[in-house]
This record gives sequence, structure tokens and C-alpha cells, in this order.
Amino acid sequence: MATEERVVRVPVGIPGVSLGTAERTLGPEEPPALAVNQDLVVIGKPTPRIDGRLKVTGAATYTADVRLPGMLYARVVRSPHPHARIRAIDTSAAERAPGVRAVHVLDHLRGGAVLRDPAQEEPSRYPVVRYVGQPILALAAVTQEAADDAARQVSIDYEVLPFVVDLEAARKPGAPLVFPGPADSAGSAGGGGGPAGMPQTGNVHGPNRSGTLGPPRGDVAVGFAEADVIVDATYRTQVQTHSALETHGVVADWRADGLTVHASTQGTATVRDELAEVFNLPKSQVRVLTEFMGGGFGAKFGAGNFGVLATHLSRKAGAPVRLMLDRKEEHMGVGNRPSSVQHLRIGAKKDGTLTAIHLDAYGTAGAGTGAGCGGPAKNMYPCPNVLVEESDVFTHAGPGASFRAPGHPQGAFALEQSVDELAEKLGMDALALRDKIDFDEDLGGKNVDSAARKEERRLGAERIGWSARHAPGADRGTVKRGIGVAQAIWYRFIDLDSACEVRITRDGSVEVLSAVQDLGTGIRTALAMVVAEELGLRVTDVTVRIGDTRYPQGPSSGGSKTTGSLTPAARNAAYAVKRKLLEQVAPALDARPEHLVMAGGSINVRGDASRSLTFKAAAARLRTEEVAARSGRSDDYGGFLEGKGRNRAGMGGYGGVQFSAVAVDTETGVIKVERVVAVHDCGRPINPLALESQINGGVLQGLSYALYEDRILDRHTGRMVNPNLEQYKILGAREVPRIEVILLEEYRGKSSTDAGGIGEPSIIPTAASVANAVYNALGVRLRELPMTPARVLAALGQRGSPSPWSVERPRSAGSAGGAR
Amino acid sequence: MTRTKSEDGSRGSGLSRRGFLFGTAVALEGAAATAALEACRPADSATGGGGPVLGPGAVPVTLRVNGKDHPLQVEPRRTLADVLRTELGMTGTKVVCDRGSCSACTVFLDGTPVVSCLTFVLDAAGREITTIEGLAHGDQLHPVQAAFIEHDATQCGFCTPGMVMSCAALLARNPSPTLDDVRTAVSGNLCRCGTYPKVFAATLAAAGKRGA
Repeated sequence: MATEERVVRVPVGIPGVSLGTAERTLGPEEPPALAVNQDLVVIGKPTPRIDGRLKVTGAATYTADVRLPGMLYARVVRSPHPHARIRAIDTSAAERAPGVRAVHVLDHLRGGAVLRDPAQEEPSRYPVVRYVGQPILALAAVTQEAADDAARQVSIDYEVLPFVVDLEAARKPGAPLVFPGPADSAGSAGGGGGPAGMPQTGNVHGPNRSGTLGPPRGDVAVGFAEADVIVDATYRTQVQTHSALETHGVVADWRADGLTVHASTQGTATVRDELAEVFNLPKSQVRVLTEFMGGGFGAKFGAGNFGVLATHLSRKAGAPVRLMLDRKEEHMGVGNRPSSVQHLRIGAKKDGTLTAIHLDAYGTAGAGTGAGCGGPAKNMYPCPNVLVEESDVFTHAGPGASFRAPGHPQGAFALEQSVDELAEKLGMDALALRDKIDFDEDLGGKNVDSAARKEERRLGAERIGWSARHAPGADRGTVKRGIGVAQAIWYRFIDLDSACEVRITRDGSVEVLSAVQDLGTGIRTALAMVVAEELGLRVTDVTVRIGDTRYPQGPSSGGSKTTGSLTPAARNAAYAVKRKLLEQVAPALDARPEHLVMAGGSINVRGDASRSLTFKAAAARLRTEEVAARSGRSDDYGGFLEGKGRNRAGMGGYGGVQFSAVAVDTETGVIKVERVVAVHDCGRPINPLALESQINGGVLQGLSYALYEDRILDRHTGRMVNPNLEQYKILGAREVPRIEVILLEEYRGKSSTDAGGIGEPSIIPTAASVANAVYNALGVRLRELPMTPARVLAALGQRGSPSPWSVERPRSAGSAGGAR
Repeated sequence: MTRTKSEDGSRGSGLSRRGFLFGTAVALEGAAATAALEACRPADSATGGGGPVLGPGAVPVTLRVNGKDHPLQVEPRRTLADVLRTELGMTGTKVVCDRGSCSACTVFLDGTPVVSCLTFVLDAAGREITTIEGLAHGDQLHPVQAAFIEHDATQCGFCTPGMVMSCAALLARNPSPTLDDVRTAVSGNLCRCGTYPKVFAATLAAAGKRGA
């Protein structure tokens, strides 16, 4: 057994294309290199989820389902005004209402931006209201009805102030100010927020100027002067709400010996840390539980105002308090994907060589920051001159939050349409241009993952029938078909706070424990698979316990980092416990431990089939009732990019290429997406079945964003006019196209499992791919989301439409309204 | 979208946009939409037509759920979904939109799928209520449930109980559905993780197995 660093060869490359091996120096705790999936028993094989039975029978317990003895029900009272100061709050009637047990008024608001200099605002006992739906207080009662009834008896005296919810109006001089001075949002564990310390003029926070490696790269003026061709266009994207089916919420139970909180969260640890800080408790006395959770998509990292309120109420009432938001609150107050207006210019030589990329973008994350969308422009295609300018525009609306690949679907919508347009101007095929401009440029480990995308373009083109693609608008008839392509770039984030414990008990049972939560991506099953592979067992032999901060620290699930961060810890823990087990049973097999192998539920002496023990029999020989080992996440093999904190950026990234086939009815303006081919890489696939589901999900959420979703605020009241699930339209069963997922195995030799993530990349290219397909169908570009029938008809009308319908051009979400 | 100048569009085609859309709606309603609308229709009110006034305080009601009677005292304003979850602890039935637009709360009333968030609890009295907890026979999963696991038709799983109920109801009335039939059956069920393709595959597979 290894006790010191050693050099091993690990698989590297794409099977069938470039598979080879590379040397890696491993620490003593690292298990031997894992073979490619084809040679493994469990990993890489489509595996039904181990919690599937609980989910299909309704037995899975979500936070919304938690019922504790004596549990009270809470209701939050929220502002109906978008901008106001609170003069007084009278809760006396509510406190006397039947069944009410506690009332708590917020004195500090969480989420959104805060003034750099609080003295710029007149001191107030209550936080200033900056959006409709801002929480002010909450109360807890014996039933939900009693809480709701009592909430209506709260009286709040507001000094109503001028407001602005419209992006363009908010940028104008003299617009009502959201903050009286510079304000910044703190980043959350899952991203979100924008850079702090930016200049601020009126409501405009920024611009933040950056390039590929941080500062602007080269000189775009020089680059455009060198260009033979320049594409120049403005793109607009809407605000999208996360709309997870389970709303945000907690059940908080404050007791003398500590606080227990059931939370619908993407980060059990981040919720624990935040509550410990707010209530000045040691982390050891805060326990956060997330057995199952009904979707997050980036909005569910912190304790939130609701979590803090519920904890205060529980403390006051001396009883557990359930506080789950309703659908309207969910839309208005707990995050969204910010809007964008992107002016993008790309310069290129006649042969396609890029000379300059300049993105000038702004958008609104409401009363917060985080509207930046320059990631794709900075990172997708190497270019010597890159300038990305991003500004946040404050409006009196609910603050944004990280949302599945923050900034990237927006950025890709602009970049990938511009690249398409550039190809056309150059007289090149859109894939041929990408083959030329998407290359490895090793900037200290950045931009070194073009090989996978190249293969993905090839595979996808073949599957969709790219060679049969016609010229834009060439389809005759009223329903026109087209094919489009777009690609994604995402990053390799690794969370070092990712630990697992693996236990073997004398009866042969195996347990894996980690505080990590399962958002629905299937990490529970992935952990079981990795441990089963290492111990030569079946997935069903392994019990996985997660979603409890009493277990070893788990990563928060965001940025597609969970599987890549945690599965190596699980494998290393399994490897360590395996070594302990083998040491103890080796004498019984009259062999040295290093000559024993675990496979097929047995322990065998290598090369001698006659000497073997079943796993159960071996476990029965343990000297103690249990052997256990715990492992954390070690550094990536080969190290990280320069970075700090627990969210390390690994070298290279993950991407994908999506092709769409659409049919556009030029009479009704309806876009029907008929087919999507999604080709993606995520390192070593652990469970292809769950990965396929997640890619389907990225595509469908991307289509929903492309075609339907739009948060609409009434500019006269600041209220959301569609805070539900029928007028805030999300994609349903009838709009699902045929989706073909192609999963590219790509080995990088980065860790003991070499796994990566898929959540983010799968949503990034979808809207852009559909937009390019619509262009191919119509010969007209749609540069604004969502691509509604009205916008299709308007675009056709501008071109000199074949449509018999004459349609008033709808005013864009970005430019609609303003002061009346 | 309704602010478009649709009438102007009739020029040259003899067909107005409004007329066209109305015609489409009628045609749709005539076909597939009827089944979906029927499924969403709240149960007839037992006290409709001038019966006694109940409430606002709690009144006695007996719910028959998954073959078992549950005598309860509930306020008449409460919904079936709420009472199942809160009073009976049957939390498999999920509440997502709480206004009949997502079908996460689907249960059967006398075998017909309804959205329990829009069904007053009193309207469910005297009816046979089936919830997700009552779909399996002991350890024997309903074929739709088994197929959902096998085909990975769940991600976060929050829409899953409603999806399973809609698909099970489909197979009860149509043992050999087409893909389009499945789409129609779950056209009211929202899933945010995007699991629809596997819901379709699972339901078709379950139908195949039942037929075999």
C-alpha cells in the first residue's frame, strides 16, 4: 500500500478520438487511477435513482411536508408599495387575533444591495421598502388560516415614495433613485451579486470593464481597425423567475440546546452558517436538514429573510414554526435571472480570424446587482482584443439571484447569434467558422477545452442533418423550417468543503454520509455508485444518508460543482475504509492486503480464485462493530487555477453544443421547436441516466426561457401582473420537442473520479440555438427574448412580411413604459 | 398580445385574426381539450342549490381516503389538498400553485383525476378519494410508478406524485395510449426540472407492459 507520493498514469482524452494516458503525481491517500467507464462495473452504467421509490409513492419528505408536534404556521406581511418608508407598524390587533403565538418585525433586510455608506439614508427603525413584496414582518399561529387572518389585521403606515421599475426609465437622469448613493450586493454561495466598489451614477452601477483574464485584453479600437468585417447588433433578454415547484421555506425549531431548521435549500452548510451568524450561535448548535428538496436552480442558498423570520418566531413562541412562501411571494421576492440589453460588436478578418470583441451590456437585478452577462464573450472564443463592459441598473423590483449559469444564457443569446451572423457575412458555414475560432489558447489553464466542443459539433451536425440545411428563409410555404446551432462554455468549479464518511458494519451494511443535499440531480445515487464500484458491491448494497449538517461537510450545489467536488471524496473514503477492511481480513485469506481485490460482492486473492470470502463474511470478521473512514476533497490532480476561498476554479471547463430544428408559422408567429440535439461533456459521466435527465431539463428550461417566460411588472404600481403559473407561462408537456442527448466521455485526469457537472452548460446554448434556427427558417433575426408570436410577426413585418397580418410592433420589455 | 390590430389583418384574406383564433379555440375544445377540462372540473357541490349554510366554524365531515374513513372537523373554506396534507398527514399530494394551474395536487375522486387545491373538502365528502399514497398495492407498485423509477421520470420529484396520478388515470381510461395521448394527459402537469420526455417514455412503457 502506498504511503507516499507516487506517479501513476491516468486516462486522458475522448474515447474513439484521442484517448491516451497522462502522468499524475498522487498523494498517499489517493486511490489508484480509475479505468475508463467501459471497463467499470457500476460507474458509467445507466442506474435508476435509489430514492425513486420514495418519490413515486409520495413518501419522500420535503421541507413543505415536515410536520412537527406543536408546529405553528407563519405568514409574512409584505409591502404592497415598490418604494416607501415605514413610519409605524401596529401589530396589536394581530397579536390579539385567535391562535396567534408570535410576531416578529424585521429590523434588517437580507438580499439585495446595501448602501456603501448607510449614513446617506435617513435613519429608520425599519428597512426602507424598495420592491413590492419586500418582507416587513411575520407572525405565527396555530393554523395557516389563523396566521393568514391575523396578517390582514396588521396596520402599517407607509410614506409612499416615487419609484421606477422600468429598465430604460431607471437609467435616465432624474429617475427616482432606488438607493440614494452607491450600493453593492454581497455575493452568495451560488454566485449572484455583482462586483462591489463600482462607480455609480443615479441608478446605474458600473460599468465594470473586464476581459478574458480579468482586465480588458488588448485594445478593441485597434482590433476593429484591423477587421475586414464587423457585426454590430443589440440584444435584449427578459427577467426570468426560478419558479421551482417547491417554494422557498423552512421549518425552524429553536430549543435551549440548539436550533434545528428543515430547509428547502441548495446548501445545508450555507444556511447553517448564515443562521449561526445571525443568531450568534456556534455552528455546532445549528442543524440544517434537507432530506428532499423541490428544485432550486440557484435561488436557494441562504437562510433568507423567511428563514430568519421563522427562527425568530420559533424562539419567541417556543414552538417549531413552518414558513413556506406561496407562489406569488416566490415570484416576487426571492430571486430572478436579471434582464439584459447587450450591444455586441465582433470584428474579424476575411478568413474568420477574430480581431475584436466588445460587449457593452446593462440589465436590472432589481434592488440588487448581478446583471453581468459577459462570460461567453470573454471566454468562449480566444481573441486578442476583448472588452466587456457590464452595468447594473437598479430598479424598484425584487433582487436577482444566481440562476442556472448566471449571465450565460443571456450572453450566449447575443454572442452565438453574432457569430452566426458573422459566418454569413464572411460567406462561411457557421460550424466551419466555429471550428476555426474555437481553439485552445492556454492562458494558464484557461481556454483549454475546445477539443470536446469540436467533437460535439461534429457529432451533433451529423445527427441533426446539418449538411441538408437550407439557406436562410429558403423554405417555401407559410410554415418555414430551419436549423440552428449554438454552443456553451462553463467552468470547472471545485468546492474543497466536500467530505464523505463511509462506514462498513459487521453485518455487511455500508453507509455513506455527507451533509450534501440532492436538488434532483441524483447526487445520492452517484455517491452510492462510486462507493459500490470501489467496494465491488451493487448500488443497492449501499445506503446513502445526506442532507444533514451533522454529517461531514457537503458542498452547496451551484455552478455544476457537486458531483465533481464530492464524488472524489466518496471514492477516497471508500478506498480508505476498504484498506482497513482488507488489513483485517487478509490473515483469514492467508494473503497480504495489497494482493486482495474486491469485486462482485467478494474479496478475492488476486490470481487465486480458490481463496475468497464474500463481502458479508469478510465484514463479520471485523475486530470492531464498525470500520469507518472519512475523506475530504483533495486538490485537483495538477492543481487549480489561481484562486482563493473554497470555490476553486479548475483548469479547463465543460461545454456543449446544441442544435435545434424549428418550424415557424409565418401567419400566427408561433415557433414550434421540433427537435433538439444536445451534445455535452462533463468529464467522466457517473450516471448517464440522470445526466440525460438533467440535460433534458437544461434544454427545456432553456426553451421555456427562449419562448415563453417573462416577468411583467406594472410600471404604474410596481406590481408583478403575472405572479402565478398560468400567466407566467413555463413550458409544458405539449411544447416538448424530441430531444436527443449525446453524452461525450472526456477524461482529464483531474481527480479520483474525474467527474464534472452538467447543470449549467445544458441551459446555456438553448435560446441562442433556437434563435439561430428561427433565422435559418425566416431569414429574419429575433434579437429579443422571449421570442413570442407577436415578436415573430413584428420581425416579419419589418422585413416586408409575407404575412397577411399587420401587427403593431410590441414595445419591448426593455424599453416599455417609463414615467407617465 | 391582444392589443394587436388584428382586424386590419383581414385585408385580402377574408379572415380576421380574432375570428381565426376563436375558430381555433372552438375546434380545440371540441377535441382533446374536453377531456382535460373535464378532469379539471371541481366536483359538484353537495350543498349547491340552496342547501344548509355551513361554517365559518369547523363542521364534521368524513373523508374516505384510499379505502379508509376519516371522520374530521374542518372549516368549510378549506381545500381537499390542505386537509389531506395537514389533517391526515398525507403529504404526497403536493401544493405548488394553489390555483389549479399545475396539477401537482392531483387526486382521484371516484376514479376521476381532480386538482385537490381547487376542491373544497366538503365537496369530497361521500366520494372515494385516492391519493398517491393509495396507488400502490402494498409493496406492489402501480405499473406507472415502477416505470417512472426505471425510466428516471423524476428529478427533484416535487411534480412526480401529480404526474404519476395523471398518467395512472390515463391508463385506466385508455390502456394503449399514443405519445400524443400522454402529452394530453399531463398537459396540465408542470415540471420545472424538465422531466417530461421521460414521463412520456415511462407511461408508454407502463402501458406496453400492462398490455403484454
